[in-house]
Amino acid sequence: MLKAAPWLIIGVLIVPVLAGLFAIVPPAFGYLPALQQTEPGLAVWADLFNTPGIARSAMLSLAAGVLTPLLSLMLVLLFLASVSGTRWAHAMRRLVAPLLAVPHAAAAFGLAFLIAPSGFALRLVSPELSGWQRPPDLLILNDPLGLTMMLGLVLKEIPFLLLMALAALPQLNPDQRVAMARTLGYRPTLAWLWTVAPALYPLLRLPLFAVIAFASATVDVALILGPTLPPTLSVRIVSWFSDPDLNQRLLASAAALLQLLITLSAIGVWIGAEKVIGRLYHRLLLSGIRQTGHVLLNVAGRSLLVITLGSLLLSLLLLVVHAFAGPWRFPANLPDAWTTQHWQSVGPVLLTPLANTLLLGLVSTLLAVVLVLAALEHGSRQARAPARLLWAIYMPLLVPQVAFLYGLTLLLEQLRWLPGLVTVGFAHSLFVVPYVYLSLAEPYRRLDPRWQQLSATLGASANRTWWRIKLPLLMAPIATACAVGLAVSIGQYLATLLTGAGRVSTLTTEAVALASGGTRGTIAVWALLQAAIPMLGFALAIALPRFCWRHRRDMRGQLT
Amino acid sequence: MSRASRAGSVFGRMRICVLALGVVLTSGAAHTLSAQSPDASDWAAVVQAADDQELYFYTWGGDPQINDYLAWVSRRVNELHGIRMTHVRLSDTADAVSRILAERQAGTLQGGAVDLLWLNGENFASLKQNDLLFGPWAEQQPNFALVNADANPDVRADFTVPVEGYESPWLRAHLVFYYDSAYVDSAPQNVAALLDWARQYPGEFTYPRPPDFLATTFLKQALLELTDDPEPLYRPVEDSDFATLTAPLWAFLDDLHPLLLRQGRTFPSNGTELRRLMADGETALAMSFNPTEAVNSVIRNELPDSVRTTVPDSGTLANVSFVAIPFNASHKAAAMVTANFLLSVEAQLRAQDPRHLGSTPVIDVEVLSAAEQQMFATMRQEHPAAPPLLSESGQLQEPHPSWMAALENAWMARYGSR
Repeated sequence: MLKAAPWLIIGVLIVPVLAGLFAIVPPAFGYLPALQQTEPGLAVWADLFNTPGIARSAMLSLAAGVLTPLLSLMLVLLFLASVSGTRWAHAMRRLVAPLLAVPHAAAAFGLAFLIAPSGFALRLVSPELSGWQRPPDLLILNDPLGLTMMLGLVLKEIPFLLLMALAALPQLNPDQRVAMARTLGYRPTLAWLWTVAPALYPLLRLPLFAVIAFASATVDVALILGPTLPPTLSVRIVSWFSDPDLNQRLLASAAALLQLLITLSAIGVWIGAEKVIGRLYHRLLLSGIRQTGHVLLNVAGRSLLVITLGSLLLSLLLLVVHAFAGPWRFPANLPDAWTTQHWQSVGPVLLTPLANTLLLGLVSTLLAVVLVLAALEHGSRQARAPARLLWAIYMPLLVPQVAFLYGLTLLLEQLRWLPGLVTVGFAHSLFVVPYVYLSLAEPYRRLDPRWQQLSATLGASANRTWWRIKLPLLMAPIATACAVGLAVSIGQYLATLLTGAGRVSTLTTEAVALASGGTRGTIAVWALLQAAIPMLGFALAIALPRFCWRHRRDMRGQLT
Repeated sequence: MSRASRAGSVFGRMRICVLALGVVLTSGAAHTLSAQSPDASDWAAVVQAADDQELYFYTWGGDPQINDYLAWVSRRVNELHGIRMTHVRLSDTADAVSRILAERQAGTLQGGAVDLLWLNGENFASLKQNDLLFGPWAEQQPNFALVNADANPDVRADFTVPVEGYESPWLRAHLVFYYDSAYVDSAPQNVAALLDWARQYPGEFTYPRPPDFLATTFLKQALLELTDDPEPLYRPVEDSDFATLTAPLWAFLDDLHPLLLRQGRTFPSNGTELRRLMADGETALAMSFNPTEAVNSVIRNELPDSVRTTVPDSGTLANVSFVAIPFNASHKAAAMVTANFLLSVEAQLRAQDPRHLGSTPVIDVEVLSAAEQQMFATMRQEHPAAPPLLSESGQLQEPHPSWMAALENAWMARYGSR
């Protein structure tokens, strides 16, 4: 049984991704027998390149794919350098997990409420400071360069990278490194940057590639904050895919291959830049800068930390305010009246999406946790580093979703799998398994092997040890992994939309569908619900081990 | 949901047999199969067949008011006829059209997903042209008499395409402008006058981007006003010189765009976002295809009391929207009974109620009893934001549906990527 688990994971993750990718190749070259397209050729590509604005769309996706991870990485390193070893680090640790739980779409809505010309930020300074009685005619949301979209992505990727960094740091013994550098006269911030950051970076590489893939191919954030004339490539692919003229699917296939190329180029650009920046960084850290700029770095790091995490929190708070807001005109700072009418209007149609969301989240998380635990236990009994497995795990995160999910949907259609909860649940697992694995692997590896040895000397079998000793000891990390899995499943927009053929509605699909169609109040209600369930999951993940192990302090665990 | 997927696996096996059939049968199959379907002329049998049936009613789901209204419809048809209705909300009606097309291509000649679909214009034209609709059934409904079709011929032609009983009228709508009198004195008298208005109030107006239907409606309205001879617009677009005919429209838009909100560098995606921009105070002029949208929004506190509604003085685009049953619908009887309910006095009265839908009834109030007429009259509350009554001559009929796609594509090519 255990032996099969790693192969099962590899099969479950790699086969659909590759099959999905291969499925779009024939239609991209004009071969789709279902639509009587049987003459292969390059006509589809000619059509694609003649589409107005296609170069612009592709460039937007590429730029988002490079700039988003770059900015996120710089900020994360700056935060860690400036707060390590201080009380700030503790606060940051506590905020990371709940902020990670907020789905991309909900965060994007909150950000839109914050920074729109009629948004909260400008209301605060109007009319007293700015003199504006009406919202200024500024192009902030949906700007043609996609800057707002990238800002939204950066804000949402920071908690992810922070979590990955915080999980990886203990194995680097950062305190010793910093202490050593400090004995040589380096100030703490610089000591961290020169000794810990270079060792940390290789461990962040795969997560960064996942960020590149996500940022270059995001659909929901691009729909809410991104440019519209033309939109990013991924958004255009989705609209071609759902065009009533089925022949547009050929165009969508070619564009999906182009998307893959764009994401790969973004990763290529990254690897190229990595070499150059790495060399410069190396020279900088050898130049013996012990004091210069450390105040600036500290101030910048801490204030940017407050600004980024603060604006995410503020965005969430604004969702709450909007969900209960009556009339609220610019430049009033708070609504004129409060109301529950938005909740009442959502109430009657809430049940199905809520039930679907919970069902999909719980089932895919449960399956993922069982599979991942089995694979990890197998790995630990073999005492082998699971390098190959790690690449399989990252596969669905590295290939742009829109590229392979779309091919997968074509394939499922040809296999005559009716789109429904089963196909959607399957697609969710593609993303839930990797994140559950990433959050469990490190705690599993760090578990003190002496417990096992002790148990074995008392005559317990390996399975009994696993069941009675290891799993209870790992209860806190397993609970966290469940919360992560749930959050990932709930956040899935594209996977739900494509493999469910639009018929499986979840909180996320409802919220994004309302992005442009709803009133602020109803959007806020949906986004809030969408954010509330993963938050609840994390709250349970913290509370449950504390309650179960209330007499065993060291087993209660913490989130990061 | 799990029920649907289980049924699906059974169909999967059945479908292999059906598929072989499907290759032999052409689109004519739709009619052969519908022969076994309930016969609308025997209405008692239809009502009986509908009892305890499920119903999947697909509509565009972007308007919470319509969603609420349909939740009420769902309750009522359950109480009256035992129908278990599920309202499927689409982000675009075209999704359902492509679904039905895909089902035919996959050989699903029975047991289709869509039972009843809200549509009009190009979606109806495309379904009818491809023989994907069940019917004719609409004129056999008992409540169709209330429509008084002989006196209201617009319920028999959908964007010039003859309806022929393949869809049943549901709602009536026409284009109106609404403006915030706190910020501007008036709305432009018509679209042609919009340019001068926008020069006076730059940044106070914008319109949605195609392919949103309100956007294409605006383009059609502008084209109808700006062209010297609207007659070619009522024939297929292929029959006329598109470039010459639309040249005045593009010249107009080229002048207008720099005067729009955000200088026309980005456009909202639909009418609801347009309303949201006004609610936020970003714009002072907006438009809607629901004449009482402003009233409804003021009542619901979404727009300020200072909003007023106007109708273009040179005539305004008006149309009727319908519900249709796909050829492979699983629950045709329930679909017909529900369509008939939508035409009932009770449903139309609630549709007119500004607290609910605030729409214009599609039934002819004059054929009703005096008491019922009185109910409709009192329902039309006097509200400062209410639109002026629309006269018969004030209506412009919808152009041929082919113009929609042509205008959308031309707009996208011109302004869609800069």
